Parts: sequence; structure tokens; C-alpha cells
Amino acid sequence: MGFKKLLDELNIIARCKKYGISIWQCPQFLFVLMGIVIMITAVVTYTLGTRVAADPETVLLIVLALTVVLFVITFSITRSLEGLAEANQMKTEFINIVSHQLRSPLSNLKWALELLMSNHLGEIKEKRSEYMKILEDNTNRMSELVADLLTVSRLEQGRFLLNKAEFSLTDLAKEIIAIHKPAAEASQIRLKLEAPGNLPKVYGDALRIKIVAENFVHNAIRYNKDKGEVKVKIAPKNKSLLFAVQDNGIGIPADDQKHIFEKFFRSKNALKSQTHGSGLGLYIGKMIIEKSDGKIGFKSEKNKGSTFWFLLPIKA
Amino acid sequence: MAKKILFIEDESALQKTLGDFLKQEGYNTVSALDGETGLKMAKTEKPDLILLDLVLPKMHGFEVLQALKEDAGTKDIPIIILTNLESTGDVEKALELGATTYLVKASYSLEEVIKKIKKALGE
Repeated sequence: MGFKKLLDELNIIARCKKYGISIWQCPQFLFVLMGIVIMITAVVTYTLGTRVAADPETVLLIVLALTVVLFVITFSITRSLEGLAEANQMKTEFINIVSHQLRSPLSNLKWALELLMSNHLGEIKEKRSEYMKILEDNTNRMSELVADLLTVSRLEQGRFLLNKAEFSLTDLAKEIIAIHKPAAEASQIRLKLEAPGNLPKVYGDALRIKIVAENFVHNAIRYNKDKGEVKVKIAPKNKSLLFAVQDNGIGIPADDQKHIFEKFFRSKNALKSQTHGSGLGLYIGKMIIEKSDGKIGFKSEKNKGSTFWFLLPIKA
Repeated sequence: MAKKILFIEDESALQKTLGDFLKQEGYNTVSALDGETGLKMAKTEKPDLILLDLVLPKMHGFEVLQALKEDAGTKDIPIIILTNLESTGDVEKALELGATTYLVKASYSLEEVIKKIKKALGE
């Protein structure tokens, strides 16, 4: 067994593959390579020193060449170790953010359960269904967050497969509007669709594109003002279709705009009006649209509103 | 007379659970869902104690805390911070600004929160 373990330790290529990084970024491989080059350097220098010392220029050239190779390898090792340190730090940050976001629904669940199970029932008996609703809402909140995290992890590892086919963006928009109409109406927000009748179909994974389109509409409603308006527009543009969601809500401050598609980023304005939110929706959206050979973007002005859009190809 | 507690918290679920629990314990509760409204209510309702969340819409809990402690009419009301943030920096800042206690929601049961409330009210 000890021997097998030793063999596993020596199987550098397999180990590097496990980390999911290229061989030229893998410290183990680079160390072995450097060792080999150092041995060659030592042998060559010795040979040169004893046999062809008469031709100092050749010796200089060879030694210089070997030094450059060593320098390049050392540099790669340093870079790859830096990358590892950075990834490690990002992981810690990631765990911090995620645990914080799971905490709010968890404390809601914990207290609601404590009350349901306590002897303090009294008038709460009649409120049982309200408490069940709290349990349901917060369980949903947690499962949505976990689903988003899994999507992010799959996208980042390249394990997110798209089932591409032709589909109608207009039908998708109608479906999303039907889902979100009650929420919009509750805040007196008008939800409108503007799409010409004879639009061609787009090429992409309808289920994944729905995630992106729904996120745009959901954000436009959440970050709107009372009695605001959300307009969903679909229009042809070159060999693509444009899907845009325009609102006249709180908008994004100029200095937050460059970060808007970053993982976990939430604008100061968004935080002020809505304290819930994972900061993952637009990050996921950008990755999905880019994998679908499309483009994503937005235009926004603080206190005036935002327009988020994506372009999807008409033909494969 | 029942003591009045103002609960400034944007999670409606927590408003409900802790609110119901406090009522059962014989307290009179009023609540605000954002920092701005909470600050206004603290002045008009004159509560005996304030439960204050930190991450709040419109006005952060620290700003509310500072404003309450700077106002002669509200500076003597005991304030319990009830949040899910728990960095030492946040705790220190809250106590420095004059909060009575700092509780992390996820680590306390309702029973324990009530005990802290009673203590802050001197009961």
C-alpha cells in the first residue's frame, strides 16, 4: 500500500488534473521540471568546463540559455503559487458571504419553529398557518440561494451544459410577465411587453435564457419605485434579437456601474432599498449569455432607472 | 402599565415571531421596517426599549443608533442591537455608540432574547 501511495504521489499529471489547472500552472509539475533542468545545467556546465573550456563564447551562450530557462520556470512557479493563494482567499471570502446570507432565513426558521413548539401557543394556535408560511418562505429563500450557488459553481468549472435549440423570445417574455404580474401589481408597477409580431426565433438554451430574462424583470420590479413602469422590449438587431428590460426605478450610481456583473456585488442603492439579495443574479446572467454566444449590457442613471439588455443570435 | 418596545427590523418574519412572543410576555410592541421610520417612531412613540437591526433599508442601524443617542429626547432609551453581523468591529462600534447589548440573532433563542430584554429594562 505504501508503494501505491508513493506512485500516486509521483503521478504528477493526475494530481495537477485533480486541481483543475493546466500543467503549466501546476506547482508540482514545475518543481519537477526545474529539478530536471538544474541537473542538466549541472552536467552540461561540468562537461563544458572540462572539455571545451577553450571556446568561452559557446560556454557563455549555453550557460546563458540554461539560466533563462530556469528563470522562466521559477517565474511560472511564483505566479502559480500567487494564483493558489488568491483562490484560497477568494474561497474564504465566498464562505463568509454565503454563511451570512444563509443566516437570515435560518434565524427566521429557528425562531418561528421555537414559537410553534413552545408552550407559548395561546393565540398563536390560530396563527399556525401564518407561521407555516414563514417556514415555507424561508425554506424557499434558502433553496434559491443554494441553487444559485450550484449554478455558479457549475458555470465556473465549465460543467454547465447548454441544450441549444430554436425558441421564441416573445413566448418566453409572455411567460415571465405572467409569473411576475401579481408582484408588480402589488407595488402598482405596470409591466408592459413591446414586441413586433413577426420576429424570428433565437438559438440558445431556453431554460437558461429564462433565468437571465427573469432576473432582469425581477430586478426591474424590485428596484422600481411605487407606481413605476417596467417595459420588456424585443427587437431585431443585425443577425440577433435584442431583449431589453427598462425600468424607471432607483438606478445604479455611476461608481458602482463597473462592478455590476461581479460575483456577490450589490450596488449601494440596491442595498438601501432591499436588504435581501445574493448579488449572484447578474453574474450568472453574464456567464450564461456569453456561453450562448450573445452579448449582455446595461444603461443606468441613479434615481432615473436602468435598462438591462442581452443579444442572442438568430441562427446557430 | 405594559412596557412599550419598538422593534426596528426589515425581516417581516422576525417582526412577527418576536413581536408575537413579546406580546405573550405582556409587552406592548410597535414596529418599523426601515431605519428612517424607526428613528421617527422612536421620537413619537417614546418606547421603553428599542430592538435595532443593523442592515436596514433607507438608513443603516448605526446611523439610527447615533441619531437616537444624540437626541436628548431619546438618548436614555436602552437599545439592544439584534443582528446577524458579528465582526468584533461591529460589536465595538455599537457599544461605543451607546448600545446596551449586542445580540447575534442566529446564536440566541427567543427565550434568551426575552431574558436580555428584561435585564435591559431592569426587570
